[in-house]
Amino acid sequence: MGKITGSEAIIQCLLEEGVKTIFGFPGGAVIDLYDALMDSDVNHILVRHEQGAVHAADGLARVTGDVGVALLTSGPGATNGVTAIATAYMDSIPMVILTGQVPTPLIGNDAFQEVDIVGITRPCTKHNYLVNNAEDLVPTLREAFHIARTGRPGPVLIDLPKDVVASMVEFSEKKPIRMQNYQPTYEPHLGQVEKACKEILKAKQPVLYVGGGVILSNSNEELTELAQTLNIPVTMTLMGLGGFPGGDPLSMGMLGMHGSYTSNMAVAKSDLLIAVGARFDDRVTGRIDAFAPHAKIIHIDIDPTSISKNVDVDIPIVADCKHALAAINNWFVSCGQDLNEVGATHSEWIETIKEWTRKHPMAYADEGEVIKPQFVVEKLDELTGGDAIITTEVGQNQMWAAQFYKFNKPRRLVTSGGLGTMGYGLPAAIGAKMAFPDATVIDIAGDGSIQMNIQELATSKQYDCPVIVCILNNNYLGMVRQWQELFYDKRYAATVMEVTPDFVALAEAYGAVGFRCDKTSEVEATIKKALEAVKKSTVVLDFRISREEGVFPMVPAGKATTEMLLV
Amino acid sequence: MKHTLSVLLQNKPGVLSRVTGLFSGRGFNIESLSVAETLDSSLSCLTLVTTGSDAIVEQITKQLHKLIDVIKVTDISESEYVEREMALIRVKAENTTRAEVLRVIDIFRGKVVDVSPKAYAVEVTGSATKIQAIIDILRPIGIKEIVRTGTIAMARAPK
Repeated sequence: MGKITGSEAIIQCLLEEGVKTIFGFPGGAVIDLYDALMDSDVNHILVRHEQGAVHAADGLARVTGDVGVALLTSGPGATNGVTAIATAYMDSIPMVILTGQVPTPLIGNDAFQEVDIVGITRPCTKHNYLVNNAEDLVPTLREAFHIARTGRPGPVLIDLPKDVVASMVEFSEKKPIRMQNYQPTYEPHLGQVEKACKEILKAKQPVLYVGGGVILSNSNEELTELAQTLNIPVTMTLMGLGGFPGGDPLSMGMLGMHGSYTSNMAVAKSDLLIAVGARFDDRVTGRIDAFAPHAKIIHIDIDPTSISKNVDVDIPIVADCKHALAAINNWFVSCGQDLNEVGATHSEWIETIKEWTRKHPMAYADEGEVIKPQFVVEKLDELTGGDAIITTEVGQNQMWAAQFYKFNKPRRLVTSGGLGTMGYGLPAAIGAKMAFPDATVIDIAGDGSIQMNIQELATSKQYDCPVIVCILNNNYLGMVRQWQELFYDKRYAATVMEVTPDFVALAEAYGAVGFRCDKTSEVEATIKKALEAVKKSTVVLDFRISREEGVFPMVPAGKATTEMLLV
Repeated sequence: MKHTLSVLLQNKPGVLSRVTGLFSGRGFNIESLSVAETLDSSLSCLTLVTTGSDAIVEQITKQLHKLIDVIKVTDISESEYVEREMALIRVKAENTTRAEVLRVIDIFRGKVVDVSPKAYAVEVTGSATKIQAIIDILRPIGIKEIVRTGTIAMARAPK
């Protein structure tokens, strides 16, 4: 191919990488690129705030596994995207973010809408680039996609000076990318696999501790095979939910600060913890020296820095979870042991676990006609058959969604786990709906979080991309209020939302539909109405919930995970 | 414990900032850092002295390796190696002390590289301990200014 403009080359690269939809917001520095986009086969979604663009692309990436792409202008456009880039980075989401930059001769001169976005995003991207020369443009784009989607995935930012994009470039043929300095390890070391398997055979009280790596590497089937063949109970992190079917008898639900009683007890009593694609985050471990005190630890992760970062690991396996789990399953198939018998040796352990669940199931107190948020999530689960794509905001709404919606499949929960970004849910829901137009997409929200990116209701209207926003409205910043109730003598500093908009009227102002519900007996009918209405229009549900309802169990910060506050 | 890391990286703008940003962002310690291009001008070699427990230094090594622009990380203090540092020291050299200063410089195999009526600028190279030793000796005479390169180091060739 001969020379084409930088803009055309960028679009060619996007198409070459299989990108169909990108999210963005224009500005002076990217106007050439927008001009070329207008006639291209890449579908561009105009959001209402750049943070929304990056979150939407992130939502699309999480539900599909593809690389999400966002396009922002220079300066404030780019900085507005930073929170969302950091969100994707913390959760290892494959993304490419294209930012405009002032022309190269002006860089460093404090030009209009100039900011050093490469400098700003260095600590919150997997890698980033400033493209200084036209001839670097195409190779940089290709390398960026390669880095974003391989190894431990993550966001990669490319800063594009206006003159580089406007210049003529050679569009060379794509060759396989080989980088001397970047070669992630996919295949596990078989010696380590064997060591791990022998340890699994010996264990009396094993637990599988599953993180987001299982979702990212699409290894839910291999994981399920391992758990079911050897009768090993499974607990999941927030990011791991759906990696193993939530409705399976071996599932203990989530672990950690708001994990189930069963999960936290099982980890505390286990003699072998098999961590798969998880990173021993502080919200999972609680007080670190009291975490899994009796257990040997096997840790499978593609990122060597995750291993022995927070907790000392006995048997590390650096590999892609899918490859490592397949190798483990293969080892067991050919090990000559009767695997049913091995599984049967865990039955006493499974009995103990069931007893914990009988004693302390996930529960909440009934308050008659006062709506319990947990009840709303349970009804959503029931009425969608556990098959909707659930995005969340951050705080109590997120934890109730994680605790009471049974995620039976991977890539159904879309939530900001690592960074905990309020305002994530609505734009992410739009991204998910763009990827799967036939899916039911529900943003489980709080009245605080939803206001952080509520402007994206306009985006959902403009592109006929209907989602349900289910606000669990308690007129509080509920999670912080809960901490204040428990640990700060009920001094509700800055957590009372004294003014909250009329969400039904607000929905209507954006051309969406709004329903309010303040009685338990009307919850089911309201959700049914919403599921009907969302076929045509975005729906905002305003559930007036029990105002001071808390999220339980709860492990207070800095305590051992067995020191749970229960309902 | 003190560790000397030798890091091979792409010789490109912004790479050093990735390395230092990693240290500041993750709360790791940099005692000294020295960097220049290698025989292959597309690469730089960075020598970095840090302190920390074995677990921390392992984390540092792994985190450095994770940076896309980093090619190779070696903890060269794990085996035999040579290290050198250079210091330029401006020391008071008046009538009464000039001879003494020259004697000290001679003992440390240093060189006088700049002379003024009241001071000598001295160049001295050696291990960090040797540099510290000459500083300690010259300090009572009166050090006016000091500039150090930080340690550079190289693993010894296998015998």
